[in-house]
Amino acid sequence: MALAEAKQSATEARLAEMSLPEGGCLGTARQAALSRVQTMGLPNRRDEYWKYTRPDTLTTGDVQKAAVFETGEAPMFDEFDRLQIVFVDGVYSAEQSDDLSLEGVQIDRIADICCKDIHWAKDLYGVLEARGQSPVQRPLAALNTAFAQDGVAIHVTGKPSKPINFVYIHSDEASDAILHHVIRVEPDAEATILENGPAASRFNKCMEIDIADTGKLHLVRAQGRDHERRAATHLFARLGTESVFKSFTLTVNGVLTRNEAVLELLGDDAIAHIAGACVGDGDFHHDDTVFITHDAVNCESRQVFKKVLRNGATGVFQGKILVKPDAQKTDGYQISQSLLLDDDSQFLAKPELEIYADDVACSHGSTSGAIDEEALFYLRSRGVPAGEATDLLTLAFLAEAVEEIEDGEIADAIVARLEGWLARRR
Amino acid sequence: MLEIKNLHVKLEDEDKQILKGLDLTVEAGKVHAIMGPNGSGKSTLSYVLSGRDGYEVTDGSATLAGEDLLELEPEERAALGVFLAFQYPVEIPGVGNMTFLRTAVNAQRKARGEEELSAADFLKTIRAKAKELKIDADMLKRPVNVGFSGGEKKRNEILQMAMLEPKMCILDETDSGLDVDAMKLVAEGVNALRDEGRGFLVITHYQRLLDHIKPDVVHILANGRIVKTGGPELALEVENNGYAGILAEVA
Repeated sequence: MALAEAKQSATEARLAEMSLPEGGCLGTARQAALSRVQTMGLPNRRDEYWKYTRPDTLTTGDVQKAAVFETGEAPMFDEFDRLQIVFVDGVYSAEQSDDLSLEGVQIDRIADICCKDIHWAKDLYGVLEARGQSPVQRPLAALNTAFAQDGVAIHVTGKPSKPINFVYIHSDEASDAILHHVIRVEPDAEATILENGPAASRFNKCMEIDIADTGKLHLVRAQGRDHERRAATHLFARLGTESVFKSFTLTVNGVLTRNEAVLELLGDDAIAHIAGACVGDGDFHHDDTVFITHDAVNCESRQVFKKVLRNGATGVFQGKILVKPDAQKTDGYQISQSLLLDDDSQFLAKPELEIYADDVACSHGSTSGAIDEEALFYLRSRGVPAGEATDLLTLAFLAEAVEEIEDGEIADAIVARLEGWLARRR
Repeated sequence: MLEIKNLHVKLEDEDKQILKGLDLTVEAGKVHAIMGPNGSGKSTLSYVLSGRDGYEVTDGSATLAGEDLLELEPEERAALGVFLAFQYPVEIPGVGNMTFLRTAVNAQRKARGEEELSAADFLKTIRAKAKELKIDADMLKRPVNVGFSGGEKKRNEILQMAMLEPKMCILDETDSGLDVDAMKLVAEGVNALRDEGRGFLVITHYQRLLDHIKPDVVHILANGRIVKTGGPELALEVENNGYAGILAEVA
């Protein structure tokens, strides 16, 4: 089907401003992605999938300036022993990054892979993104595959002794960063990836994760805290038999965030958990869009998304579980909830189930509510001041999502940060 | 200690007068019981004293040690020493019992200008007090009241009371939903807190709780007012003759 004229001309105009980086062994993938963008066109507000989130500022050539926000606090995950890979405005910083050698993993820069003829990442780069374009189109991800300036390929072959931490530093108020990471986890291997920082004024990030049978990957990311930044991220994961993928995202601040996750459970007994907690205040729009496909027997998926919104903030959740005909014994769970701290904020939710197998347990729920007045009075009657009591109840609301983080120390670090942020805004 | 004069209270949202000129004085060191039929205003009294929303005081006053309670926020009343043991303790998923209690204890200390309790001191104190109330470590770790049995919830209320050491304890139908053994345990907890500096207001339907928590004074509340005041024998009279007889007598 031909694209609508407006969409086509907008897409052509944008692409005309961009040039494909040097391809090397990824050249074919970049070319293919470019033609996907040309065929699909960049999203506009008429697209059903973008009904609740306006994509214009994510697609135009001009980047809306975003002031760099000085938090005055230590970077997230600073207290942990980890291997840091630092990107400043979307460009790898060798100076600030740690040495990339770590037992159990092989880490290469995408920029280096592009100069090589052969590399394992060739079989992954753009592959899951391309798979994820059906049944719903994700043009911003294809745009990313074609034009990503930097990123890393991580090959997890063992159990590295510490997490790998992507640190995204935003230093230029007009920066426009496109990063693409690919991660392959081998059988019995297990790793934890941490991500933190606002990255750039506008950030388009794509992560493709391929987990072989019995492999495990944990992903914990903290997006924030710049107020004015915009981000569109895509997570594509493919899970083999008895593999495990657990992801948690914390989002605080940012005028616009769209986090898409596309997970495919292709091997029996695989487990995928994806969770998110966000705290939005004022000019804040946060969109979690998730698509989970069950295509194997006895797999488990959990989606837990919690949003705390106030002063006119907007939260969006579009989450779907697709259970294919042979995916018997599927256990799917999806919950999306918002805590609205005033009458001006809003939460828009579109939970979906599409089930073709007959022996499955799938549940979904979505709620919007205010602070529980009974609980608030109970706390206050014990002497806890109203503000502090509200914070306690807010943290309690977010707890179900935070509990999805398997590592207790990391979960504690996230909670400690949340406590500080809530208290400051009281 | 607690002085209530001519208290008139109506519901905020509807034109319904609940307390119609209630007078009551509870002295330090004394246990006062309030009994009364359903709808007489017993729970309203406890909520108005602790500062719950939804009620409007149209006349009268309530003071604790000379301080006007009715002008204060619930947390300020708590810091002054008011404690309400709820008839239906609220479940708060996601907030650990221990965190909750420590936050409450320290918030009150802070409000009174006292030093906060260290984590170690708090732990030591709560473990000792929990043991007396047969509250195990697991109950302390669990979210506040979530999955607690009726008896556990009430014991948890008394534990909070023991930790917060209030001046004025109001027990709203603490016996409801308790079996005989649980009631004894709760009563022992309350009795252990009886002290010269502390007043108690025990609200109940039945005399049986008063077998275990011996009151100094018993009041009968009906139609928003105290209609009769007497000694412990008044509770027995209610038990034997019901409220009807007493109400007919004072009508």
